[in-house]
Amino acid sequence: MTKADIIENIYEKVGISKKETALAIETIFDTIKTTLESEENVKISGFGNFTIRRKKARRGRNPQTGDEIEISARKVITFKPSNVLKDLINS
Amino acid sequence: MTKSQLIDKIADKLADTMSKKDAELIINTLFRDMGNALKKGDKIELRGLGSFKVITRDERLGRNPKTGEKVQVERKRAIFFKPGKELKERVDS
Repeated sequence: MTKADIIENIYEKVGISKKETALAIETIFDTIKTTLESEENVKISGFGNFTIRRKKARRGRNPQTGDEIEISARKVITFKPSNVLKDLINS
Repeated sequence: MTKSQLIDKIADKLADTMSKKDAELIINTLFRDMGNALKKGDKIELRGLGSFKVITRDERLGRNPKTGEKVQVERKRAIFFKPGKELKERVDS
């Protein structure tokens, strides 16, 4: 499923033009990205939560050469599906 | 940001083109469609944001960590999200 499929599905159900649907979908995903960029978590009830986690710097190894390397502190995004979604995919 | 705050923001940004009710319907339909796609086992690919896919974990013999008793863990499906390049870079900048 791609963005194009999503737009097609929603356009058929909601009854606004395809162009307006596409704009709405772009705006929704943009807003989610901007929110996460500002380090605010995004919680979609019934779907799941997107959380920003700060990882500390640590020493790692290059698995190919065995050399020790410094892995710098960074921020990563994790997604935790809601119980509703977990139950849905297992039903 | 919760789903209702997202609905408010979208309704605000798109006030010229649609009502708040439309924004609400679109957002609810969007996440329901995504859930149904995952239920079917479809992979969802959203350029810039990331991708969602479903994997199946086989049944296995586990242990109750409290009592040490062996328990059968049923086969189940789990969802994986892999953030896209754009989102990864924007978050870690």
